Amino acid sequence: MLSKSQARAFFLGGTVVTFLVFIGLTIYSFMPKNDQTNYGKIDAQVVKGKEIWESNNCMGCHTILGEGAYYAPELTKVIDRRGDAYVKAVLMSKEPWQPRGRKMVAYAMSDEEAEAVIAYFKWIGKIDLNGFDRIVSPLAKDKQ
Amino acid sequence: MKYKSQKIAYWFFALCMLLFSLQIIYGFIMGFDRIGLQGLHDIIPFNTARAVHTNLLVVWLLTGFMGAAYYIIPEEAQRELISVKWAYIQLISLAIVGVVAVIGFHFNLWEGRKFLEIPRELDFLVVVNVLLFLGLILGTLFKGKRKTTTALVLSMGLLFAALLYLPGMIWFDSQVMDSFFRWWVVHLWVEGVWELIMGGILSYLLIKLTGVDREVIEKWLYVIIGLTFLSGVLGTGHHYYYIGVNKIWLIVGGIFSALEPLAFLAMALFAVNMYRKGEKSHPNKIALFWTIGSAIVSFIGAGLLGFAHTLPQTNLYTHGTLVTAMHGHYAFWGAYAMIVLAIISYALPNLTGRKRYNSVQGNAAFWLSNIGILGMTVAFGVAGVAQVYMERKLKMEFMEVQKETEIHFVVLLICATMFTVGISLFIYDFIKYGKPTDEALEIENN
Repeated sequence: MLSKSQARAFFLGGTVVTFLVFIGLTIYSFMPKNDQTNYGKIDAQVVKGKEIWESNNCMGCHTILGEGAYYAPELTKVIDRRGDAYVKAVLMSKEPWQPRGRKMVAYAMSDEEAEAVIAYFKWIGKIDLNGFDRIVSPLAKDKQ
Repeated sequence: MKYKSQKIAYWFFALCMLLFSLQIIYGFIMGFDRIGLQGLHDIIPFNTARAVHTNLLVVWLLTGFMGAAYYIIPEEAQRELISVKWAYIQLISLAIVGVVAVIGFHFNLWEGRKFLEIPRELDFLVVVNVLLFLGLILGTLFKGKRKTTTALVLSMGLLFAALLYLPGMIWFDSQVMDSFFRWWVVHLWVEGVWELIMGGILSYLLIKLTGVDREVIEKWLYVIIGLTFLSGVLGTGHHYYYIGVNKIWLIVGGIFSALEPLAFLAMALFAVNMYRKGEKSHPNKIALFWTIGSAIVSFIGAGLLGFAHTLPQTNLYTHGTLVTAMHGHYAFWGAYAMIVLAIISYALPNLTGRKRYNSVQGNAAFWLSNIGILGMTVAFGVAGVAQVYMERKLKMEFMEVQKETEIHFVVLLICATMFTVGISLFIYDFIKYGKPTDEALEIENN
């Protein structure tokens, strides 16, 4: 029968080993040769777009890369699906956008801010998502 | 109650009740938004309600864990808390940070990162607050007459929870890296170190309520938390399948997250077996209900419902849908909310000296809240599966699907009302117990 000290050794040993493997896999995931995100293409405009995305808590309604609140549309492929002009109109609208009656906050963004968010969406839209990009956005242009 | 300083736990539990009530109110705002009743949109839009709802969940659970630690550690260490005054300061500062954060969410002051919306400036205050808490708990443990496995596991869970908050404070220019390290906090909290905290509280309650030998219970506690880390750490990979990182996570995350239910299964079997094995018939049956209930519901909510969409082949379709909300609600309820309500139910008679065991309200609170949340979980599940089918198989447009699934949120709101009645009764019972008193020191018989 398992003793208390053996049970403790199982806990400590298992924890240390799995943590080390986890750290190793994290380093492996972010090695430049394994990049799936076009990391080098993140410019000041994309960063500004991400800051606007976060400072308005867009993820509190929308989802991106499949993460968010499931209340408003998934935006990973929104530029492919809707085009720049539509997205810009939504972001710059001074009245709450109301697709099928569900209200969005009227952010009334400036042209410059809207362009930054679009640059951010364009960068997001080119990430290799291991096949999810074709599931999540049925109206996007299928690359296959 | 064996030590005067344990009384501080009561005020943490009281803050829990307040924050939990607010969390439920904001949940209703979200529910009404989803069925098209958006009367509060101009002052509390959905993203504000959601940030408040999820962050209050985190804060009230952490407050409950802290209260549990202030109650359990002095008894386990067999000495008074090293400073009651600093514990009150910690409580008040925690409440202030929480209130400021919640008010800030209404004025667009947040980080906009799911579950970690608290603004950076407040993050630093959270760190200071948690360091103070850990200093008090670890100091008490260190100076105590004994260092039990239960106390060590509970303290270790709280220490790791604090450390894991730090990766969430790093700013990344890449959304992918941001998501990746955000899960270091969120996943490794709820499917890792919080299970240590849960295990520690569960172990303490089982020792007290069943009378089974401490050595037996603590041995199995090690096995359970061993299984938790063995599966849960690499199980983080199930969040990395489709966010833009290497395919290796499909294999690693798939295998290890499929093993995650084992830890919860072990916890459920452990609790039920200890209950059966126990020779002690503790009069506080309500506390026993919440304790055993927590172990069983966490297995269903976190274990089984998590497994239902954790394999990469399934998750490809369910990722980013209401299926996640189904799993999230029942898992948080079973694993963490119920264990906090269990320790409150156990501690209240001991803190106040009033043995109001097994009141009608207490029993009704347990059953109504549990049936209500089960109904909510089913409503989320049906809406989620319908969403997956219509949106990802039939390729229907997002808002079109949302309209089709509105009816499930009507059901959800009805079940949420039942849940709220249950929680209201729990809070009513809490208030009826009155405040903690030193006289309870004499009455303690456990």
